[in-house]
Amino acid sequence: MRYVFTYITVKCMKKYYGIILIAIIISAVGIAAWALNAPQDKVILTVSTTTSLYETGLLDVLDTKFEECYPNINVTFIPQGTGLAIETAKRGDADMILVHDAVREEAFLAEGYGVNRKIVAYNYFVIVGPEDDPVGIEGLGPVEALLKIKAAGEAGDAVWVSRGDDSGTHAMEKRLWIAGGGDATELRETDWYWERGSGMTATLAMANEKRGYTLCDKGSYLKNFVPGNIDLVVLVETGSIDTLNVYSAIACDPQNPDLSHVKFDEAMKFINFLVSDEIQELLADFGVEEYGLTLFNPAVRVLAESTDSTVAEWIKQTAFMDGTECPTNKRYNAGDLSFLNVEIIPLLKWETSD
Amino acid sequence: MTGPIIDGIIKAFQLLFSLDPEVYSIVLRSLYISGLAVVMATLWSLPIAAILGLKNFRGKRFLRGSFNAFIGFPTVVLGLLLFLLFSRSGPLGSFGLLFTPLMISIGQAILITPILVSFITSAVEAIDLSLRDLARTLGSTEIQASIAILREASGGVILAILAAFNRAFAELGVAMMVGGNIYGRTRLLTTAIALETNRGDIPFSIALGVILLAIVYTLNITINYLRRR
Repeated sequence: MRYVFTYITVKCMKKYYGIILIAIIISAVGIAAWALNAPQDKVILTVSTTTSLYETGLLDVLDTKFEECYPNINVTFIPQGTGLAIETAKRGDADMILVHDAVREEAFLAEGYGVNRKIVAYNYFVIVGPEDDPVGIEGLGPVEALLKIKAAGEAGDAVWVSRGDDSGTHAMEKRLWIAGGGDATELRETDWYWERGSGMTATLAMANEKRGYTLCDKGSYLKNFVPGNIDLVVLVETGSIDTLNVYSAIACDPQNPDLSHVKFDEAMKFINFLVSDEIQELLADFGVEEYGLTLFNPAVRVLAESTDSTVAEWIKQTAFMDGTECPTNKRYNAGDLSFLNVEIIPLLKWETSD
Repeated sequence: MTGPIIDGIIKAFQLLFSLDPEVYSIVLRSLYISGLAVVMATLWSLPIAAILGLKNFRGKRFLRGSFNAFIGFPTVVLGLLLFLLFSRSGPLGSFGLLFTPLMISIGQAILITPILVSFITSAVEAIDLSLRDLARTLGSTEIQASIAILREASGGVILAILAAFNRAFAELGVAMMVGGNIYGRTRLLTTAIALETNRGDIPFSIALGVILLAIVYTLNITINYLRRR
């Protein structure tokens, strides 16, 4: 009897081998499709953000913490340059942004895409280059350093690697070049100015390969330097207003008809979370163990209580919009969130790059 | 949400017909780099294919099988391998080739070698072997006979070259990883499309995409036409 069964099974298998195979494939595809599209009880909050925050691993820590507090929200980050992060949000593909370019943030608000801007953290840009520093920029100010690199580059003795991806770092770099009398669209036609069009880690890797110089935020530099991925060293580090790097969070404006689908409530929860005492303290500690210093300094108390009045003044000078963190007409159902207004006398106003 | 797409296409065609210098420099650079890759790869693939197609030796089946299998070699893996080899800390770093146009050509040449070898070997094998014997009886050397056979298989060789160019021209992984997508230096059609889409310059991406498609489409039409003959 057993043999008969085996015989029949084998016979059927042979006859219907093709059909069985197809059935298996179809059901596998079906299960996979169902699993991918299965209705989730979690709300997905999409944050488009900068590569520097993402690559340092900070966002992974925030993600875990936030989902502990709000188990029904699933945060996903899209790491891009600031320019692209803003574009993504404008297209309606993100619920909020976490970026570092005050000029474009202001435009984002003014064009009606964002509300409730809140300054979260700050650090400084540095200029990094080969250890032997053939151009000799060590200890100079950023603009003088760029001028020297330009002169050396024109003589064929140096290479500058530019992000070239419309990121916040790229915007800072362009502003510094403009301050030194250079224009990125002209510079990129030269032999010594290489426009990479990529994220910070990739740009650092290229500068490292070609023994070139580049502008970088301190956090991304340490993230690549400490594990030994690059042997570039920090040559210009002013830690002052001229290299200040300020990160802000902005919720997408649900009043904008193109963005009416955004998850505003969840975005506001995340912004409140970012400026909470607990997370601000976490920021102060993040990276200290691994890199020996804070990668992203918390900005909320510095601003609200002027715990460091010099830094507070610098942030107000460079990252405030007409004396406020967020213009009054761009505040919407902000709940407990408070925004800082100050009277500021402009000391330094960056020229806009375009 | 079709507005931006239509706008993008209109702007793309404006870029195409206004002979935008940036668009055309990228196109010419792509053609040049992939062309160089095909020339290099053909130079070493022809003798390999002639040996594989005409000689019998131990391990021949394995070699042929390997070349066949590597036709689908993932470009990003090849890019990674080359990056590690040619990086400053890698064994071939002293050449300083990483992030140069020549490096992309070399990478693409390696990428397309399996296509060239496999296709040309098949073409050679399809030629009647009596031809080789005939050539030999007429007093020609082994190499002269091989050349005669390759000439006879020229249709298949051209087909292989076109298919190889197609693959090199349309690949992204190698160009991105060992070229570095530097403006004015190693930025190609595929890497520029990837970058500009990321940067949000959609019309520019569409313009480049239209050119890439047009070239690849023409090539494939030609390949199909040749194959039918």
